[in-house]
Amino acid sequence: MDVRSQIAMVFHLDKCIGCHTCSIACKNIWTDRKGAEYMWWNNVETKPGTGYPNKWEDQSVYKGGWTKSDNELRLKGMDRKSTMANIFHNPHMPVMDDYYEPWTYDYANLFEAPAGDDQPTARPISLVTGEPIDIKTGPNWDDDLGGSPDYARQDVNMHDLTPAEKEAMFQLERMTMFYLPRICNHCLNAACVAACPSGAIYKRGEDGIVLINQNKCRSWRMCVSACPYKKSYYNWNNGKSEKCLLCYPRLETGQAPACMHTCVGRIRYLGVLLYDADRIKEIASCNEKDLVAKQMEIYLDPFDEQVRQAARKNGVAESTLESARKSPVWKFVKEWGIALLLHPEYRTLPNLFYVPPLLPAIADTSTGSYETTCASLWGGIESSRVPMQYMANLFTAGDTEKIREVLKKLMAVRIHRRGVTVGDLHEDECKQAFAETGLTADVADAIFRLTSLPKFGERFVIPAAHREEATELLENTADIKGNTGFGTLNTPQRI
Amino acid sequence: MSDIFLLIALPYTALIVMLVGSVYVYGTQAYKVTSLSTQFLESRDLFFGGLFMHWGIVALFFGHLIAFLFPASVIAWNGNPVRLIILEAAALIFGISFFVGVVILIFRRLRNKRLHRATTDMDIAVFVVLLTQAVTGIWIALTYRWGSAWFASVLTPYIRSLFLMNPVLAAVSAMPLIIKIHISTAFLLIGMIPFSRFMHFLVFPVKYFWRPFQVVMWNRDRKLMRNSTAMTPEVKSRNN
Repeated sequence: MDVRSQIAMVFHLDKCIGCHTCSIACKNIWTDRKGAEYMWWNNVETKPGTGYPNKWEDQSVYKGGWTKSDNELRLKGMDRKSTMANIFHNPHMPVMDDYYEPWTYDYANLFEAPAGDDQPTARPISLVTGEPIDIKTGPNWDDDLGGSPDYARQDVNMHDLTPAEKEAMFQLERMTMFYLPRICNHCLNAACVAACPSGAIYKRGEDGIVLINQNKCRSWRMCVSACPYKKSYYNWNNGKSEKCLLCYPRLETGQAPACMHTCVGRIRYLGVLLYDADRIKEIASCNEKDLVAKQMEIYLDPFDEQVRQAARKNGVAESTLESARKSPVWKFVKEWGIALLLHPEYRTLPNLFYVPPLLPAIADTSTGSYETTCASLWGGIESSRVPMQYMANLFTAGDTEKIREVLKKLMAVRIHRRGVTVGDLHEDECKQAFAETGLTADVADAIFRLTSLPKFGERFVIPAAHREEATELLENTADIKGNTGFGTLNTPQRI
Repeated sequence: MSDIFLLIALPYTALIVMLVGSVYVYGTQAYKVTSLSTQFLESRDLFFGGLFMHWGIVALFFGHLIAFLFPASVIAWNGNPVRLIILEAAALIFGISFFVGVVILIFRRLRNKRLHRATTDMDIAVFVVLLTQAVTGIWIALTYRWGSAWFASVLTPYIRSLFLMNPVLAAVSAMPLIIKIHISTAFLLIGMIPFSRFMHFLVFPVKYFWRPFQVVMWNRDRKLMRNSTAMTPEVKSRNN
């Protein structure tokens, strides 16, 4: 057992209002630079939709992530030899038009235009060429199902849906959508790290943040195509790849990452998970049907004394272990089992979990009035406007049973809280909901509290970075008598 | 006089600049060391241009290197005229591939406005040098036949004499001007390495063949952390 700690995240999709404040916070801090204008290390997509870059989930084109062939785990795109053979031209790499060409507006013209018959306009100006452009697409061009024929209908996750189900998703009265905020997953089995020919990308041992060493990146750009989530971006100006760094300068000083700190819907949670690094390969290469369950197995119980001992032996700080016990991520993921991973079938073992959204049920209009209440206990889930298969393709590698189980738990919490606050539900209904999902009133209340009423310190449990211990690698500080405290630069001389 | 400049002063300057400059740039400005790929801005033309150019120049580089390192073997290979023609034809094909690649890449740069923004003055110099080498190389191959044969007897002794710090110009100064241009531009290219995207020759990631897939780095070394005296035995702490 090789216990390490990982900063993991939970995004509660039911709470996301799609305001893009996270994206702007990130953009202002990190990517407002030449060559990085097109990058959105944090972006919020509308589902169903094709996302950013366009159709990033279509791995038959981009070949991101891992695949299991001949019982062995391989990079889906290129193995070592073909990486070298394709180093002059990466066949799977998205280009700027797959994202969008960034632009600004010629605001000066509004003030400086010579007197004329027409109102002056601010034409869009490309941030790459500096010349006027006709904008064809942009980030979130498909926001709130805008341009559905081009975007939502092209969604890659509809592959196993029946034609009737597909069609139903776009009928006016059954139409629905939800938001999917995405950042780097800081994976345990990162494909970008594996694909980098220079070895410039690495995972930090202490907190699991995946970073690109800018001094070692040689713009071989294999990470861009290898990351199945397309969260490694190429800066065309300085020839370096860049990616989300989980605001590590903020984390090291005890602050939440900018996207999480600013989140208006307070959907984001961050905390420590302990995991067993010895099992990464085994779990990443297990059979597709076991993937979802197996990936949850890699995280270790911080309350287990054996795990704690092994962690201490590995140098995991005591303060980190304490954070792990208080981690909101541990509660959502393991204690309550209501958080899932986005596309676990990419086999990168991501560390960003999502609580799936409970979407509105299909309305009944047969009586002449618009009726959305459900008669049966799980009616709200069974007649959800989004087919269960679609949600399963997103979060459980196609396993509808697993996603139904999670949604039932979320619904049970709602049923319980309705019983408590409104009191119009029969007690038996509540009991049945608990019996079928294995929840109890206490757990349901705890889920409700952490979902709806969490304080800042409950959402973000950030372990100390212990930079002072890093110093101990460079000099002796307190190991032998007489080596602490301030010294003198010159040895006092006795005459 | 110009021979002394082009064939002695320039080569030595270029080699020294390359060696000292590369070490300096790699050591102090590692951030600048990159191949500056523009595939993100334009991919389709790069596929043809990049592949023709790179595979051409890789083959030609090793061809020239083998002719320099093993002149006797090359001459022995050429003993049979059929083999000589095969070798010469192969070299010419790679030369044309290189030339076609460079031309495609130049037109690609000219045509695409996005690429104008990613093109520096040094990039233009790089294209001038590459195009000169492609044109002179093919010209020599066509007009001064059987280069693989005379390279070993004329140029190998010259280059060897350069490395032995005892330059001998006797054979090489009798060469036509076009060959001298080809030689001196080659050294110019070497001298440009530290200042241009050519630096990516020197950092070709061969290590990728054997490095483990996952890379983990520790800020605090778990084995050394609680035993810092063992790291620097005999050394008293600095703050006393």
